[in-house]
Amino acid sequence: MSDTREMTLEEREATIGGIGTARKRKEDARFIRGQGNYVDDIKLPGMLHGDFVRSSHAHALVKSIDTEAALKVPGVLAVVTAKDLEPLNLHWMPTLAGDMAAVLADKKVHFQNQEIAFVVATDRYAATDGVQLVEVEYEALPPLIDPKTALDPGAPVIRDDVAENEEVGQGKRHHPNHIFEWQVGDEAATDAAFEAADITISEDILYPRCHPSPLETCGCVASMDAVNGKLTVYGTFQAPHVIRTVVSLITGLEESKIRIVSPDIGGGFGNKVGAYPGYICAAAASIVTGHPVKWIESRIDNLTSTAFARDYHMTGELAADKDGKILAVRAKVLADHGAFNTHAQPMKWPAGLFNILTGSYDIPVGHVKVDGVYTNKAPGGVAYRCSFRVTEAAYLIERLVDVLAQKTSVDKAEIRLRNFVQPEQFPYKSSLGWEYDSGDYPTALKKVLAAVDYEGLRREQAEKREKGELMGIGISTFTEIVGAGPVRNCDIVGLGMFDSCEIRVHPTGSVIARLGTKSQGQGHETTFAQIIATELGIPSDNITVEEGDTDTAPYGLGTYGSRSTPVAGAATARAARKIREKAKKIAAHVLEASVDDLEWDVDRFKVTGSDLSITMKAIAMAAYSNVPEDMEHGLETTDYYNPPNFTYPFGAYVCVVEIDRFTGDVKVRRFYALDDCGTRINPMVIDGQIHGGLTEAFGIALGQQIIYDETGNVLGANLMDYFLPTAVETPKWETDFTVTPCPHHPIGAKGIGESPNVGGVPAFTNAIVDAFAHLGVTHMPMPHTQGAVWRTLNELSLNK
Amino acid sequence: MTPGAFEYHRPNTVEEALALIERFGDEGKVLAGGHSLVPMMKLRLAEPAHLIDINAVGGLRGIRGEAGAIVIGAATTQSEILNSGMLLEKCPILPEAAAQIADPQVRNCGTIGGNCANGDPGNDDPAIMMVLDASYVLRGPIGERQVSARKFYQGVYTTALEENELLIEIRIPAPAKGAGMAYRKLKRKVGDYAIAAAAAVLSMSGGRCTDAAIAITNVGDTALFVPAAANALQGTPVDATAIAAAAQAVMAAAEPVEDLRGTVEYRTAMAGQMTRQAIASALSRAVGS
Amino acid sequence: MASQKISLTINGEPVEAEVEARTLLIHFLREERRLTGPHIGCETSHCGACTVDLNGKSVKACTVFAVQADGGDVLTVEGLAKGAELHPLQEGFVEHHGLQCGYCTPGMLTRAYRLLQENPNPSDEEIRMGISGNLCRCTGYQNIVKAIRYAADKINQAEGAEG
Repeated sequence: MSDTREMTLEEREATIGGIGTARKRKEDARFIRGQGNYVDDIKLPGMLHGDFVRSSHAHALVKSIDTEAALKVPGVLAVVTAKDLEPLNLHWMPTLAGDMAAVLADKKVHFQNQEIAFVVATDRYAATDGVQLVEVEYEALPPLIDPKTALDPGAPVIRDDVAENEEVGQGKRHHPNHIFEWQVGDEAATDAAFEAADITISEDILYPRCHPSPLETCGCVASMDAVNGKLTVYGTFQAPHVIRTVVSLITGLEESKIRIVSPDIGGGFGNKVGAYPGYICAAAASIVTGHPVKWIESRIDNLTSTAFARDYHMTGELAADKDGKILAVRAKVLADHGAFNTHAQPMKWPAGLFNILTGSYDIPVGHVKVDGVYTNKAPGGVAYRCSFRVTEAAYLIERLVDVLAQKTSVDKAEIRLRNFVQPEQFPYKSSLGWEYDSGDYPTALKKVLAAVDYEGLRREQAEKREKGELMGIGISTFTEIVGAGPVRNCDIVGLGMFDSCEIRVHPTGSVIARLGTKSQGQGHETTFAQIIATELGIPSDNITVEEGDTDTAPYGLGTYGSRSTPVAGAATARAARKIREKAKKIAAHVLEASVDDLEWDVDRFKVTGSDLSITMKAIAMAAYSNVPEDMEHGLETTDYYNPPNFTYPFGAYVCVVEIDRFTGDVKVRRFYALDDCGTRINPMVIDGQIHGGLTEAFGIALGQQIIYDETGNVLGANLMDYFLPTAVETPKWETDFTVTPCPHHPIGAKGIGESPNVGGVPAFTNAIVDAFAHLGVTHMPMPHTQGAVWRTLNELSLNK
Repeated sequence: MTPGAFEYHRPNTVEEALALIERFGDEGKVLAGGHSLVPMMKLRLAEPAHLIDINAVGGLRGIRGEAGAIVIGAATTQSEILNSGMLLEKCPILPEAAAQIADPQVRNCGTIGGNCANGDPGNDDPAIMMVLDASYVLRGPIGERQVSARKFYQGVYTTALEENELLIEIRIPAPAKGAGMAYRKLKRKVGDYAIAAAAAVLSMSGGRCTDAAIAITNVGDTALFVPAAANALQGTPVDATAIAAAAQAVMAAAEPVEDLRGTVEYRTAMAGQMTRQAIASALSRAVGS
Repeated sequence: MASQKISLTINGEPVEAEVEARTLLIHFLREERRLTGPHIGCETSHCGACTVDLNGKSVKACTVFAVQADGGDVLTVEGLAKGAELHPLQEGFVEHHGLQCGYCTPGMLTRAYRLLQENPNPSDEEIRMGISGNLCRCTGYQNIVKAIRYAADKINQAEGAEG
């Protein structure tokens, strides 16, 4: 280089674009040109298309399937039914929750839109033509839709296949429709605390069934190479390695003969964690026909068959003293899992991490009991932009704290400050079994209260109430548990929930890194490059991050539950540090100095107290040309990281709403979100994640619900009825932060993608209920559609 | 989701279009904006063997003034309605409503003729045409006839339009000078049909209502014209009492079904509330109030 | 099933093709022309991921048949940049983090392109109305609004300088 001027320290740091930099995203270049590569963009020679015949009934015996007319449709090559899959043992598949799920209906259907037959044709139009002509004869059975009746004696038995089984993968059960019972905490001590308490409150709260509904639906292209015996499946997989292992277990193909590729994914939010019949059918059809087979879900299929979320019928209780100090928490939950138990969460945790129910509060004792049941609804129970069942728990505790505030006439901010786990209590062992690693809740809440002038808002609210106007102030001070997780208590089909990163430094000082996770919009290509950039002193522009190809990436458990940064991000930092250790030895060798005399300086090692230094770029070349005699050439490593604990991001949100007392319309006037995700890797990306998560929270709180009528018909499974807000409805968001680094994470990061959803939903509900709090209202059912809010207005005659 | 096979026809004249409509009868469907029909075809709920695309038909598009009337071609898009300076000046309720229909892309395709003629009770323009006392010019093999918007709608997807007829244009008597008009629609989000909506036109003189018309959307099998609501305003200063009486009349006329937008009780109440708002807004715009 | 000939212009290039009448414009563009920028998100004309420009107007290509584009002029996201030179909107989306998963981005960009032709200096509210036919599940729209504002300002400045 001709410019010999030494860069200043700041310039060197800026060149790196590492941790803490709001650098622009590397992945954007292709997306803004329409050059992303999503699964439906893939077109292979001779590719066929598959489409499903789906059940019109929620619960029925399948008496016959007549495929004759369909097979006569021009372009239709095959119609696959359970009978065809049975010899391959592919008609049922194991679920990630230890249950079995039908790939194609085997003698009966268990929910509306269940897959019955897979029509394979030369193009997608012909496939749908074929679907129209498959005739299914049903014998209707009584449907079981209300989970509250699932365990009644004489309730219709949904799963004849497991009716006699003592368990279905998650412990003892006591009824053919029962899936599991899960308890945690000290029941006797909790009951005693409730007996002795001055004040107790109890609320029945339904977190309704909703759906992640990413803009891209699920899909795949399966391609069997008959010559080499290798099956490649391109698909919308949040966890490609897990899919490879599951496909191997199901098909008996060796994992070395299976390649799973997740190309660009158009949003996941939990929808794309599981294994779906479409994947199996496409793979089977490709094996049988010798052609690649594509399956792409329609939006209706997406909303009605793959991966719903929530559907938790909760009763929550708090015991407290007169000042609102919480003494105990108790919850009973009925979890509607639909027809097959296909929730995707660590297998030892049938109710996920719901025992984060203590939230941000120091609650001496608690007890939780969750029962999972089958109903004639679509299977799932995935974590929709949250860690496993954390959003349900956060919703319940944040609602209960508000109710307690109303009951004790303590201000809703004050009651939180009185009950917070204090900064000096960390690490904090919760009464429901978690060890919170770090946090500073009072600082976060106080900062937000000052920012929004909370007291001013309360004064304004009081004035408005005088005039009969409805204004609500909602607070949510949530704590999440994310980053699954420690292998001692987290596994999926026996696979420990570690994650991984492999880093190779090329001779000229650029890098490729591969991870076991898979971005679906989170920006991994940028943020993981930033971690490496800081650790290795190599510009993030020169670091390529690759994910999603099981032939090249190290084994990992994928991206969901905000686990990428806490787990794979840690593996990335550790892998980079291993490389830096080796680089240090090479530096010592090249500089003819002692390793002990070297210190790291942004992008180089220098000899302490001298001008001698060598940049990482130069070390990289040396790694391939001039290494010590006892050292292997090259500069690469892999790290598998088993986190010692989860991470515990937290936040304090304030939401201000105004309600039209005639229509029930809720206007969000202000939303102020402070998040603490520990070390901040890219503030721009963090803000983007928060905006998006809050918008999803807004959608959930104000409108999203998958509704079944009493016969099991799904209502409103389209994007007119299912509330994905547009830019017009979506409020404007204000963001803020504190930084409490995670003590056990190599760079102190905690994960951010899901906090705004977890914390956002209760903030909306709390604000809406708060608007009516002076009238004694403690509960309003979510979602808060105009009609639902109006019901409260009408009951209170506020709309007159 | 893909549509079934069909044969595509693109007539250039009304006569050609009518001949095709006549020829294919039940097997044919007219394609205008397509945003009701095409999704139905993709769901295979509609499987016409012949699609008659009227977008190339000359003379079906445009907004013009005639003596005492505004005439809008059936294939005029909602975007054209929304951006019409002439309508903004002479009949602002139409652009006001167009802005509340669907979204920009859909408005670029969706036509006022489709909105008026397909008989979907969720469509917004029928109620507006009722309050404007518009007439639909229907042409069939034996000629042209005009049907009042107030008499055109018979039930869900059933109208006075004969199978072999085509809606050519909509004739709107020029609104009285100084009349105030408004359309109020409550919906869940952009792109939704109304929970309930109301159209109101008022003329005021000397502080009294001299003429009024009220109609409501999506709270019955068809848009509903509610003369009783208008009567409640006639001769009054359109004060709170009169508005309440009009809203009451609307609620008495509304016959919504329960759906995901709300219960019967709620949607009935919202028909009343939108009526109140529409009247108040129309009043504020009327000269002489 | 009879196919018919159509001729049209796509991103400035004349194109002749044979299509089945029922082929939707989105499938024609994506599968026949391999312009995979516009996406399919809902099929019922609610999400806008398939938005393209047809004859100077934004349309949802999942609800238009390819035969209807006969004789027409189509612009997709692939036609926005001039060679290596990005359109200001594309720049704005990068600058202001107006995209995450990227799936809505092509439709959003194409729609914003037309919005700025229709209204070169929109307010934030007008931008929100203008993109209300395009759903985004990732960004919460706030940064998209900023990105479009950035582009509007940049275009207006450039035109001011020329004028």
